[in-house]
Amino acid sequence: MRALIAVLVGMLFGFGLSLSGMTEPLRVLGFLDLAGQWDPTLGFVMGGALMVTLPGFWLARRRGRPILDSGFQLPTRRDLDRRLIIGTGLFGIGWGIAGFCPGPAIASLSSGLPMVLAFAAAMAVGMLVHDRLLNR
Amino acid sequence: MVDTAAWMRGLAGGLMIGLAALSLLLFNGRIAGVSGVLGGALTGSMAGDRAWRWLFLVGLVVGALVYTLVAGRPVITAVPTSLGWTLIAGLLVGVGTRMGNGCTSGHGVCGLARFSGRSLVGTATFMLFGFVTVFVTRHLLGGL
Repeated sequence: MRALIAVLVGMLFGFGLSLSGMTEPLRVLGFLDLAGQWDPTLGFVMGGALMVTLPGFWLARRRGRPILDSGFQLPTRRDLDRRLIIGTGLFGIGWGIAGFCPGPAIASLSSGLPMVLAFAAAMAVGMLVHDRLLNR
Repeated sequence: MVDTAAWMRGLAGGLMIGLAALSLLLFNGRIAGVSGVLGGALTGSMAGDRAWRWLFLVGLVVGALVYTLVAGRPVITAVPTSLGWTLIAGLLVGVGTRMGNGCTSGHGVCGLARFSGRSLVGTATFMLFGFVTVFVTRHLLGGL
C-alpha cells in the first residue's frame, strides 16, 4: 500500500510540475531574471503548493502518526550551519545556470532529450560525490 | 509579458504539487523533497528505505509522460545552456542540494510548511543565488 502511494504521489507531483511549466528551464530562468522580462509563474507554483501544504501539514501532524506508518520521518535539525548556506548557495548557482532543480529535471527525463539526461546524470554524480567524499 | 494563462497553469500545478507532498506526509509520513528522495535512492543507508524512493521517482517521470499525452504538449521545448554548462549546473545542483539538505521541494514547499527555520534560510539563500546568477549570466556576460 505504501509502495502504491509512493508511485501515485510521484505521478501527481510529476503531472503538477509539468502543468505548472516548471519543467521548462526558460520559464524558471524567467522568474530568476529580475532585471529582464520578469515571469512570475514560479511564484504562483510555490504559492499554490504552500496553500495546500501550510494548512495540510499542520492538520496531518496533529494526527500524531501517518495513516500507513508508525511515525513521521521529519528533519530534526534546527541549527543554521555553514553547510546549509554553502550548499543551498551552490544549488542556487546551478539552478540559475541551467534553470533545472531536481524535481523538474527528473520529470523532464520523460522527454528523452539527451541534454536533460546529461543534467540528471551530472546531478546524480554530484550527489554521490558529496555523500561519499565531501560529507565531512 | 503578462501571460495569465501560464500563471493559472502554474497555480493549478502548484496545488497538485502541494497535494502530492501532503499525501506523502499524511499516508507514509515522508517528506516529498526530490533531492532528498533521489539522494537516498542513490546512496541509501537503510536497505528497506530505498524501494519507495525509486517508485516515487518513476512516478515523477510517468506523471510527466501522462501530462504529455493528455495535454498534447511536451514538458520541455528548449534547453538554454550548452552541454558543458549543463553538466556544471547538474554537478552544482547535486552537490549543493545534498550539502544543504534540500531543494525547491524539500526546503521550499515542505520545509516552509513546517515553519522550519533552516528551510526558510535555505530557500532565501538559493533564491538569492539564483537571482544573482541569472543577473550575471544574462546581463553581465550576455548569456552562457
